[in-house]
Amino acid sequence: MAKLGEFYQRDRSLHPPALTPVYKTSVARSPRFSLISLENSASETTGPTFGQGDIAPGDNDLLTNYAADGETAIGERILLHGRVLDENRRPVPNTLVEIWQANAGGRYRHVKDTYFAALDPNFGGCGRTLTDENGYYCFRSIKPGAYPFRNYVNSWRPAHIHMSVFGSGFVQRLITQLYFEGDPLIPHCPIIATLPDKSAVEQLTAALDLNATIPLDTIAWKFDVVLRGRRSTMFENRMEGN
Amino acid sequence: MSQKLDYLRETASQTAGPYVHIGLAPLATGIEIFDHDLGLDIAGPNAKGERIRVEGRIIDGMDTPLRDALIEVWQANAAGIYAHPEHEGEVEEGFRGWGRSVTDFQSGEWRFDTVKPGAVMGRHGRPMAPHLNLWIVARGINIGLHTRMYFGDEDAANADDPVLNLIEWEGRRKTLVAPREVRDGMPVYRFDIRLQGEGETVFFDV
Ligand SMILES: [Fe+3]
Repeated sequence: MAKLGEFYQRDRSLHPPALTPVYKTSVARSPRFSLISLENSASETTGPTFGQGDIAPGDNDLLTNYAADGETAIGERILLHGRVLDENRRPVPNTLVEIWQANAGGRYRHVKDTYFAALDPNFGGCGRTLTDENGYYCFRSIKPGAYPFRNYVNSWRPAHIHMSVFGSGFVQRLITQLYFEGDPLIPHCPIIATLPDKSAVEQLTAALDLNATIPLDTIAWKFDVVLRGRRSTMFENRMEGN
Repeated sequence: MSQKLDYLRETASQTAGPYVHIGLAPLATGIEIFDHDLGLDIAGPNAKGERIRVEGRIIDGMDTPLRDALIEVWQANAAGIYAHPEHEGEVEEGFRGWGRSVTDFQSGEWRFDTVKPGAVMGRHGRPMAPHLNLWIVARGINIGLHTRMYFGDEDAANADDPVLNLIEWEGRRKTLVAPREVRDGMPVYRFDIRLQGEGETVFFDV
């Protein structure tokens, strides 16, 4: 039946555990029992597929996708680009990438966001795209502002963009946040502090990419995402029996 | 010393935060950018099988429903086939098998309208009872939680299900089984997910 390989086991030491008291909201929202380890079946090795019919061409341009005709969002114009790869270094093509972010002042277009910073009438804050056959994706946006959040009284989020990625199997599903190289708030953020591994923080930090920067126009940031890899060996994987 | 393995390492998860809906269900927050939100139509008009509703809440360790969560479902069609190019078999035109729902900002209720999936062939030729694969993200959840929902009217299949039987504590298996009721002629399965505390739902490392 399935030709799809099983996924490599998720290396949980790279991910934040469920319970991280430094990030207070996790305390009441974290399971206390151990996760039950499950070997892959078709329920795990398969996942939804997306196509061009699911999105529209301008969906990945946050500078203009909410703006009035002839207007653009306020802020530092950025290009966010990179590749979606798997742990085997293979590109993940045609996969859905969705992002959301605060505006340049650090304010989200959301009823629950009561921060003083002004809303930008020309900025919605979300975008989506499909990776191409090489796993490449690209968004245009503005650099989000830092914003405070109620954790400690003086907790601030560094500038960040939230990103959701699918892959080819439902258990590759990933939501993460990317940060910007050189941001002095990174070492002070309680949500980043949930990560047990310093190298995981580096992997979440987009690099300034002057080669991709459009002169006199837009600063580029490079951010590659790595999803779980699949097993594939000369010998058949053993999902279907011994 | 030895040769270096050249695998990459998976990108770490970070919480979806309180504004996940802006990105994944913008219309639900009143942001009209896209012509449609994704994941609203799971089964499509041509899917065979019984039309059902699945609903519930996601409840935290203080017994309070989350009102800022997002839940995704991945399911087979009524014949037990996933809409994936490499899963053998055909699904109906328009059947995607994937959906997402946001919890109501006041009540915390989430809901899917779909068709009841069939049994899916599992490992070693052992069928798995009909089930939904669910994935939950929210503020305060550092890495998305995977669980399954089984159907309360499938006692015999559930009793033989290889995944439910993996759960050593029999009393915890029922946290994955949703009771069925019929409301205005529509079968409704009620599935409350408890993140913590008494009756904590079983979550999987998949
Ligand atoms: Fe944020």
